[in-house]
Amino acid sequence: MAEAAVLSGAASPARRLTLTAAVALLACAAYMTIGLRGDLALGLELRGLRLGAMICVGVAVAVSTVVFQTLTANRIVTPSIMGLDALYIFCQTALVFALTGLGFAGIDPRLQFFGNFFVMTGLALALFLPLLGRRLDLGLLLLTGVVLGLLFRSLSVLLARLFDPNDFAVLQGAVFASFSRTRPDLLLIAWLITAAGTVVAWRMRHVLDVVALGEEAAVGLGVSWRSVVAGLLALVAALVAAATALVGPMAFLGLLVASITDRVAGTGRHAVLLPAAALVAVVVLVGGQTVLQHGLGGEGTLAIVVEFIGGIIFLVMLFAGVRR
Amino acid sequence: MIDISDVSLTLGGSVILDQISLTLPKGGVTALVGPNGAGKSSLLSLIARLRPLQTGRITVDGHPIDTTPTRQLAKVMAILRQDPGVASRLRVAELVGFGRFPHSGGRLTAEDRRIVAETLERFDLTGLASRFIDTLSGGQRQRALVAMTFCQGTGTVLLDEPLNNLDMFHARELMRMLRKIADEHGKTVLVVLHDINHAAAHADRIVAMKDGRIAAAGDTASIIRPDLLEMVFGFPMQVETIAGRLTVLHHA
Repeated sequence: MAEAAVLSGAASPARRLTLTAAVALLACAAYMTIGLRGDLALGLELRGLRLGAMICVGVAVAVSTVVFQTLTANRIVTPSIMGLDALYIFCQTALVFALTGLGFAGIDPRLQFFGNFFVMTGLALALFLPLLGRRLDLGLLLLTGVVLGLLFRSLSVLLARLFDPNDFAVLQGAVFASFSRTRPDLLLIAWLITAAGTVVAWRMRHVLDVVALGEEAAVGLGVSWRSVVAGLLALVAALVAAATALVGPMAFLGLLVASITDRVAGTGRHAVLLPAAALVAVVVLVGGQTVLQHGLGGEGTLAIVVEFIGGIIFLVMLFAGVRR
Repeated sequence: MIDISDVSLTLGGSVILDQISLTLPKGGVTALVGPNGAGKSSLLSLIARLRPLQTGRITVDGHPIDTTPTRQLAKVMAILRQDPGVASRLRVAELVGFGRFPHSGGRLTAEDRRIVAETLERFDLTGLASRFIDTLSGGQRQRALVAMTFCQGTGTVLLDEPLNNLDMFHARELMRMLRKIADEHGKTVLVVLHDINHAAAHADRIVAMKDGRIAAAGDTASIIRPDLLEMVFGFPMQVETIAGRLTVLHHA
């Protein structure tokens, strides 16, 4: 069993990566081909689009979560703790409230994508940059994110109470992550952002290794802590914003992927962690979608399953006291 | 050589360091001693630019620590702080290899690998090279961290209470290692110590701090004196020469 070998802890990182890549490829192949009927070209095109969206979101979430966990030296926080998901939901709620469900449905998707992307990146940067002026305290930063998240969530609930029930249904459709309403032009943009972010993260893999040693050790080894941390946080914000703007919030996907990657990679080196996390994310999303679609006959509820499993893992890690 | 002039540090309104001026010559082991809260670790943090300099001036081998790029400083001095909770999923060889980061940016060259292998050998870590850090004992871990600091290849090495959590055997081993680093490689070692007898046995010079000031500084023999130690630590203690070594009887 490939997976058993991966989990047994005996294989070298390169071997583990190859195996994970093989499983990811297998998942993609299965997703593209199983049960393909009728117009082959159209079927492949539709599936290809969704596959592209899943890989894009998977890579963006995986890379951003690994970088974020390295920065915070914490294994149970994910970027969504910065309040980004809550802000996304609040933006959609406010839009539906202001324009009603019908008006909301009529917004140009490109406009909506960019609006969401820039509002989320903007919030993240507005949160970080003032803190960077003083000594950066990540604990304070996270707490601010949590409080802001709570604020946005409460505001969303308040607005939702004032809705027409029909508008509420529209909103529910918008705030649950979905891969089935992806548009090719938006996918291309999200891909460009994700690819650029991933390249930057990859080029900084050695710096990330040193950053993982903590601030004092990293500074001692010559890392300009403040500028590096600011750059990496901006990178995380852009990746999360791109993924969320493309398909909607997936709060626990990052946690699920990161905790599996921890076991699969078997090392703290980012040269292995980053690709391993990206591949694991593809396996989780594409593999999960394939199983759901063909094994269980369901459609389009992958996000809920990922959130369910991710949430359970979060609780288990919390109770098991995994803090690093 | 470390040159400190007129350095003060104020945190939250309270004075931690008060007008410190001190010059440490190149080479040799200098022990920084003093009671808790004397400002030893704060001074070390300032020298190692882990804390921003508020007033005064510090240079290490002629490099002003507040204006020299941090990467360049990392080739001049290395710092080991008290228990940096190192990420667990790393092997000893990888950790020691991080010491080469200032030189190679993480992509180890053949030269780097040679230095890492040599350092592992020197610190008796070759047999542990492929072990994960979290499987090591406290003493082995500390040795790996000191090896990483040494691997940085800097002329100046700063250590903040490296003997914490080490038993007698490992504490002695570490101090002898520092002695060797200074003697064989001409490195300047500045180490914060709590056990005055380790300072007496292994240091060339002692700098004693009290209440954010330098209380005394000089050759080991000139500092290990009952009146001076009582002034610094606040209680009388006997100093005897036992088997040719200055020994402070502060336990009873």
